[in-house]
Amino acid sequence: MKIGALKENYEGEARVAVTPSSATHLKKLGHEVHVEAGAGVRAGFSDAAYEAAGVTVEPNAAALIGAADVVVKVRPPSEAELRQMRRGQTLISHFWPAQNADLLELAREQGVTAIAMDMVPRISRAQKMDALSSMANIAGYRAVIEAANNFGRFFTGQVTAAGKVPPAKVLVVGAGVAGLAAIGAAVSLGAQVHAFDVRPEVAEQIESMGAEFVYLDFQDQVQDGAATGGYAAPSSPEFREKQLEKFRELAPEMDIVITTALIPGRDAPKLWTADMVAAMKTGSVIVDLAAERGGNCDLTVPDERIVTENGVVVIGYTDFPSRMGAQASELYGNNIRHMLTDLTPGKDGVIVQNMEDDVIRGATVTFDGDVTWPPPPPKVAAIAAQKPREKPKELTPEERRAKEIADFRAQTRSQVTLLVGGAVAMLLVGLFAPASFLSHFIVFVLAVFVGFQVIWNVSHSLHTPLMAITNAISSIIIVGALLQIGSGGWLVVALAALSVLMAGVNIFGGFLVTRRMLAMFQKS
Amino acid sequence: MEYGFTTAAYVVAAVLFILSLGGLSGQESAKRAVWYGIAAMALAVVATLIGPGYGNWGLTLIMLAIGGAIGWVVAKRVQMTEMPQLVAAMHSLVGLAAVLIGFNAQFELSRVLRARAADAAAQFEGFAAVLAHKTPAEIAMLKVEVALGIFIGAVTFTGSIVAFGKLAGKIDGKPRKLPGGHMLNAGAAALSLLAVILYCTAGAPVLWLVLITLLAFFIGYHLIMGIGGADMPVVVSMLNSYSGWAAAAIGFTLGNDLLIVVGALVGSSGAILSYIMCKAMNRNFVSVILGGFGGETGPAMEIEGEQVAIDADGVAAALNEADEIVIVPGYGMAVAQAQQSVSELTRKLRAKGKNVRFAIHPVAGRLPGHMNVLLAEAKVPYDIVLEMDEINEDFPNTDVVIVIGSNDIVNPAAQEDPNSPIAGMPVLEVWKAKQVFVSKRGQGTGYSGIENPLFYKENTRMFYGDAKKSIDQLLPMID
Repeated sequence: MKIGALKENYEGEARVAVTPSSATHLKKLGHEVHVEAGAGVRAGFSDAAYEAAGVTVEPNAAALIGAADVVVKVRPPSEAELRQMRRGQTLISHFWPAQNADLLELAREQGVTAIAMDMVPRISRAQKMDALSSMANIAGYRAVIEAANNFGRFFTGQVTAAGKVPPAKVLVVGAGVAGLAAIGAAVSLGAQVHAFDVRPEVAEQIESMGAEFVYLDFQDQVQDGAATGGYAAPSSPEFREKQLEKFRELAPEMDIVITTALIPGRDAPKLWTADMVAAMKTGSVIVDLAAERGGNCDLTVPDERIVTENGVVVIGYTDFPSRMGAQASELYGNNIRHMLTDLTPGKDGVIVQNMEDDVIRGATVTFDGDVTWPPPPPKVAAIAAQKPREKPKELTPEERRAKEIADFRAQTRSQVTLLVGGAVAMLLVGLFAPASFLSHFIVFVLAVFVGFQVIWNVSHSLHTPLMAITNAISSIIIVGALLQIGSGGWLVVALAALSVLMAGVNIFGGFLVTRRMLAMFQKS
Repeated sequence: MEYGFTTAAYVVAAVLFILSLGGLSGQESAKRAVWYGIAAMALAVVATLIGPGYGNWGLTLIMLAIGGAIGWVVAKRVQMTEMPQLVAAMHSLVGLAAVLIGFNAQFELSRVLRARAADAAAQFEGFAAVLAHKTPAEIAMLKVEVALGIFIGAVTFTGSIVAFGKLAGKIDGKPRKLPGGHMLNAGAAALSLLAVILYCTAGAPVLWLVLITLLAFFIGYHLIMGIGGADMPVVVSMLNSYSGWAAAAIGFTLGNDLLIVVGALVGSSGAILSYIMCKAMNRNFVSVILGGFGGETGPAMEIEGEQVAIDADGVAAALNEADEIVIVPGYGMAVAQAQQSVSELTRKLRAKGKNVRFAIHPVAGRLPGHMNVLLAEAKVPYDIVLEMDEINEDFPNTDVVIVIGSNDIVNPAAQEDPNSPIAGMPVLEVWKAKQVFVSKRGQGTGYSGIENPLFYKENTRMFYGDAKKSIDQLLPMID
């Protein structure tokens, strides 16, 4: 099949759907790759580079669409582009079917099979073609870079001869892929990062990236991201109130706020209100990654950088991935390539639109003259249900102290009970048993005690050698046999001799095996 | 030789034995500890041999030589994976020896009593001489000790043989009980108690002793038959403890402090080991010993999804990309003798600069520390072999986890399903890693016979096949 990459005609879009390197991979699948002239220029790939990779460069969009069986691009197609396409052609690009109903209808009329990169289900197998994630990753990184660019101070704290610099405080709202990428970038620049998400299960991920999770004191209605395919769902008004209250508390302290909160199929929730912006310090920066969908911040103007009256910069760019065209094209190109790999199961250049496959079914929005969106739920549940994580309970010093005392008391009580019980038992034994027995008994009790104390310290990995050595040592019973072998009749001697034999096996076998085992332990 | 010398030697031997056990707290000191043990044993034997009232040198040395030779050969030949069986088999020897010595004590006692009754001022030698000085009260005590020693020894003997059979696969690992179950055990125990009382009071002592022995044999057999293979580690360490208590009881009989001290040491160490292991499995010691898992409290959680298989190429590709790798070995690795291949894999991955570590669950394998021994045999450095508590927090940052032949110890049901038979048991949280590969022979369940939701998780891939062959397949693909 012929794969053709269109040049993006959207204003300022720097990405391209096929790179020279992804083209080489596509060719291995048996496909022929075409590209519109100048498609990769803004991402840093010249037509010559494409030609060097064996790609045919077509002079214009019409020629490309005419030549290709599969048209790939980044942004949703324009109406004009779609009209040029013919029945049976496949289009792979972002589509946003929920927002672009007209476009969807047009694609159906044209008989085009449209595969939406934004509809790839969020399951592990599909991660390699999850363009939303790969783009969000870039957006998260770039958001921090933009913030740093607009922030008049260091991110990292320093103590210099010229004075002390406090580290920047960064708050990331929404810890999806973009949020986590932002946390990673901000942490590695040296900032102190706090992060918030309505899904409590991501607390662990946030902490693993080196940020501090902002806990909300809210009991019920804790959401589980697993139920919604890993995305957040709208929260209750009470929860939202609590959340805003927390943000209001944090706002004056924060230097950088990066908001990434999005709920699939809805406008972005308003989380950073005007009064919070007003409470922030002059020179603070807000980067709103949700700007395209209305923004999380009240003051966000999409595609603009504005400065508020109190000197807070609010960045509402919507083209973060495009601002890193080379990197974004590289990753998006790989996403496209993986999608085509799945569509070409035989690696023979034949596209098989397998509608039984969860991933392909989920991403296909029009097929064979029908609208196939929205897809049925995937057959395999994406993520296991998570248990809400409990907020670690902080004990006040008094409570801790009380607890320690209580523990100590309980311990003392149990020990004293044991000692008293033991003493009473000993006295009872002493009343009835002969004196010679008692002298041995004391030895016995002490030995048991020593045994308990000694064994607690044995390291876990040495339990098998311990067992082998105690086994060897238990053949001390040979002493008993030795004491008897010299006295009495033939029967006694014979039995004692047999015992010596068996104990002998044990002594040599036990110690030898233990030595063999221990000899093997070595340090790297 | 003076009596004082023997006692002094015993004191030294006892101290050496304690040092020997205590030395096992670290890998390096453990190597010295074995020598302490050997020296102590040699000292104890020599001191007894040249001690008071000793005869029959020739026979002793011959028997020691034969026994030593057998022990030497067995220990040299045994495979490291067969270690659990070997330990169990050797316990049975100690148990039997205790029984025989107990009988001997009774024979001697009868002889001394007969001589006393005949009022003959006979000159006794050796052990009999000790008996001859005893008062009636002491003799009554002695009889109790003899009966105890024989009882514990006999239970140890048959119990160890059954444990050996189960570990070696010669007996089916499933719990098996005769009709009547624990009532039979309880009945046999009550009968034994009766027999002990009769032995101490009525005539015909040897007859009663034989009865006690037979009953104890039965209890040992039936008790251990009723315990599933997965609980064998606890059983082996429990039997270990029993063999110690038997030795201590015999020590009381013979009035020998060294026997008492060492028996008590072994007994308490075995008991603690059993306790530690039960705690690791979050199980009650009594319920382990009474066999099988406790009754289920409700229907187990439904498991959704399917087990997805993967081939060696896929695993190798993931390994080549990963930076943080954790390997979780289990009994399956021991069965397949895969430890050398695993070690080779580890070496190759480490040579590429990847961080490879091993996560060992306290009850992985059939003996506590079983996996550590196998990995050590395959020359895996022990500082990358970590315990559960040390590594459990690191799983979320791990790229690839390879589970080799372990099942229950990585079962998320222990945390997620309150109705699971293993609910509450601490497990390795491998499912938190980015990707999990499970090397397993087939789709069967683990030793506990319960389903493992891990195998159905989205980030889990099943790498079916014999563990050794599977790992060997991977080796050339790591580049």
